[in-house]
Amino acid sequence: MSASTIIFYILAAVILGGALLAVTSRKIFRSAIYLLFSLIGIAGLYFYLSYEFIAAVQIVVYVGGIVVLIIFSIFLTHESGGDMKAPAIGRAIFSALAAVFSFALTMIIIRKQEFFPTTNAAVEPSVHNIGTQMLSTTAHGFILPFEVVSILLLTAMIGCIVIAIKTFKPKV
Amino acid sequence: MNIGLTHILTISTALFFIGIYGFLTRRNMITMLMAVELLLNSVNINFIAFNKFLYHDKLDGVFFTVFIITIAAAEAAVAIAIIINLYRHYKSIDVEDADTMKF
Repeated sequence: MSASTIIFYILAAVILGGALLAVTSRKIFRSAIYLLFSLIGIAGLYFYLSYEFIAAVQIVVYVGGIVVLIIFSIFLTHESGGDMKAPAIGRAIFSALAAVFSFALTMIIIRKQEFFPTTNAAVEPSVHNIGTQMLSTTAHGFILPFEVVSILLLTAMIGCIVIAIKTFKPKV
Repeated sequence: MNIGLTHILTISTALFFIGIYGFLTRRNMITMLMAVELLLNSVNINFIAFNKFLYHDKLDGVFFTVFIITIAAAEAAVAIAIIINLYRHYKSIDVEDADTMKF
C-alpha cells in the first residue's frame, strides 16, 4: 500500500465515522461537532483529488459558516448537555434496513457499471480557469447562473431576517 | 492498488445513506438539517469525482459543486430562521410538536 492509499483510507474513515456518529449521537452538541469532523474530512478528500479551490470553499462555507450557524441555533433552542430521546426501536430498525439495502443496491449498480473516461486533454482546475469560465459571457460561461444565485442569496438573506425577526405588539 | 472512481463513489454512496438513516430516525429539526447537509455533501463528492476521473477536459462539475454549496448555505440559513421562529411558538423543535397544519 502506498502512502496515497493510506491517506485515502484515513480520509474515508474520518468522513464516514464522523457522519455515523453525527446521526446516532444522543447529545446534540456532540452531534454537531462530529458533523464538523465529517465536513473537514470531505474538504480533505477534495484536497486529495487536487481540487484546492473547492476544498477552500468547503472549509469556508461549511466549516466556517453552516456549522457555526447550527451550533448557535443549538444554543438558542436547547438547554445544551441534555440527552435527546432515542428513536423508536421499530423506526430505527426499519430505517437502518432501508439504508443498508439501498446502499447494497447502489453498490451493485456501481460495480457493474463500466466508466469510460474522456480522452481529451485535461483542464487544470485552478482558480484562474474556474474564474475565467464562471464569469465569461461566451457560450460556455456561467455568468447567468452566477447572477441568479446572487439574487437567490439576497432573497434568502431578506427572507431569514423577515422570518426570524421579533414582532413587537403595540401596547393598547 | 490505485484509488479509482469506484472508491470515491463508495464513500459518497455510504455518506448518502448515512444521511438518509439520520433523516428518517431523528425527530429533532436541527439534527434533521444536519442529515440534509450530509446528503448535499455526498452529491458534491460525486460531482467532483466524475469531473476528475471521467471529464477532466471540462470544469462543469466544479461549477455545479460551487452552486450547490452556495444554495446549501442559503437553505441552512432559511431553515434555521424557521426553526427559531417555531421554537418561539411551540417551545420545542421536535417535528412531532409542530402539527398545527397537520390534517
